[in-house]
Amino acid sequence: MACCNPLSVLPTAGAAEVARVAAPVRAVSAGPEPVVDIRIDRKAFPDPGTGGERLILDRVGLALRQSEFVALVGPSGCGKTTLLQIVAGLDTEYAGRIHWPGTRDGHRPSLGYVFQNPRLLPWLSLRDNIALVLPDPKARAAHVDTLLATMGLADVAHLHANRLSVGMQRRGALARAFAVEPRLLLMDEPFVSLDAPTAGQLRRLLLALCESERPTVVFVTHDLREATLLADRVLFFSHPPSQVVGEAEVGLGPEGRRDESQVDSRYRELNVLFRQLYGGDAERASPAGEP
Amino acid sequence: MSRLPPYALRIASALSLVLLWQGAAWWWQSTLLPGPGTVLELAWRDTLDGSLPQDLWATLRRVAVSFAIAMLAGSLIGILMGRRRTADLLLDPWLMLFLNIPALVLIILSYVWLGLSELAAVLAIALNKIPNVAVTLREGARTLDRDYLEMARSFRLGPRKTFLYVTLPQLLPFFAVAARSGLALIWKVVLVVELLGRNDGIGFELHLFFQLFDVTGILAYSLAFILVMLTIEYGLLQPLERAANRWRR
Repeated sequence: MACCNPLSVLPTAGAAEVARVAAPVRAVSAGPEPVVDIRIDRKAFPDPGTGGERLILDRVGLALRQSEFVALVGPSGCGKTTLLQIVAGLDTEYAGRIHWPGTRDGHRPSLGYVFQNPRLLPWLSLRDNIALVLPDPKARAAHVDTLLATMGLADVAHLHANRLSVGMQRRGALARAFAVEPRLLLMDEPFVSLDAPTAGQLRRLLLALCESERPTVVFVTHDLREATLLADRVLFFSHPPSQVVGEAEVGLGPEGRRDESQVDSRYRELNVLFRQLYGGDAERASPAGEP
Repeated sequence: MSRLPPYALRIASALSLVLLWQGAAWWWQSTLLPGPGTVLELAWRDTLDGSLPQDLWATLRRVAVSFAIAMLAGSLIGILMGRRRTADLLLDPWLMLFLNIPALVLIILSYVWLGLSELAAVLAIALNKIPNVAVTLREGARTLDRDYLEMARSFRLGPRKTFLYVTLPQLLPFFAVAARSGLALIWKVVLVVELLGRNDGIGFELHLFFQLFDVTGILAYSLAFILVMLTIEYGLLQPLERAANRWRR
């Protein structure tokens, strides 16, 4: 999590207000009960350099609706991964609370996590990697087969995970996350370091799976074009200590996403907001940020 | 020379050793250096009348039991020390102490305090090996990949699956190293243990032969012992290690 995209002009709270007004934002709070309600008051890491601590997340709050696809956009090192880890329960040292109003017992629901690197176990075959995360793999064998076929991985499922190409490993990680039939899917820049055609193919695959399985998705990216294509709603994170400084509904829908020109025009609109938020550093904050 | 296959070089090397031995025996002509033939004859005779296999079995049994105890205890201690900092700090001085106690001291004290019993013998061997296993497994437990553990937690694999499929495969190479280096240590220690306080086993026989200055007996019994150790090393441990590493590219 080295910080490589410093934003010299920090968006202030005032700028955020302007951004909210300027952007065509629809009402967010309305609708059914959220799947998860996240309120993080404060998350800091010890800073070995100064001996003190470094504040990463400062009063971050977001609520996710059922089957909603939310993209978190912001500069590197702004605590997006940390936020996912807190939601997944991997990091418990923070001030704040996570509520799960959608589940009966108030516990974390079934969760799929696609990490930045695929994290498939190299000593297991791809099929065993997926079977491992299922409570009853035998009963779900047919489901796993369908999933592998959808992903185009049926022929390589018997291979050890480290024998697969990077693109296949990423598809495998995606298959594993969907295999648990997650109510909440956490994705941490899952398509970085892939060539453009492969990444595009994986995005279409993800959209198709989301349309059929309808999970709630939190998708971390620094690529606004990717966020526009995939998400229903985009949240903009500031440079650390991070806050949500802007928010926009994408509003493309399944049909609009298939139309390249619609995606492009919406992307340009969002990019204006993006530039207002991040100032002159927008170029550096988003590699896909063309004028 | 370099055109020869590797096994040919190995065999040639082993044969030259036997020839050297034979040559030295002819040249010296003494009961203190019997030739290979004489030694083989004694080994064969004692194998047929059952005394050599019986002693070998007694020694192997001790090796197996103490090996099992040492691997189990050493692994538990090592993994605990690798995963828990408090345990590491508390147990480290003990580990240092036991690593540096000479094997002979542990054996003598074990016999003095527990009597000349099988328990004392096995315990003395195990105590010599436990620190080595613990050090190796501590290193393994320290290098466990956090990424995989996070994956296991986020997918809620539970402690059993996490241990079997995530932790254990990462520790297997360290188990293999601990097993091999530990076994090499046990081979050496077990004979001393038998020499000092048991009345069967290869070590005990070597003690008798030494008192009679019977070099033929010493060579026959130790060669038989070495042969069995090599068989276990090449026939059992190395294939197991290869199987554990098969997934690596």
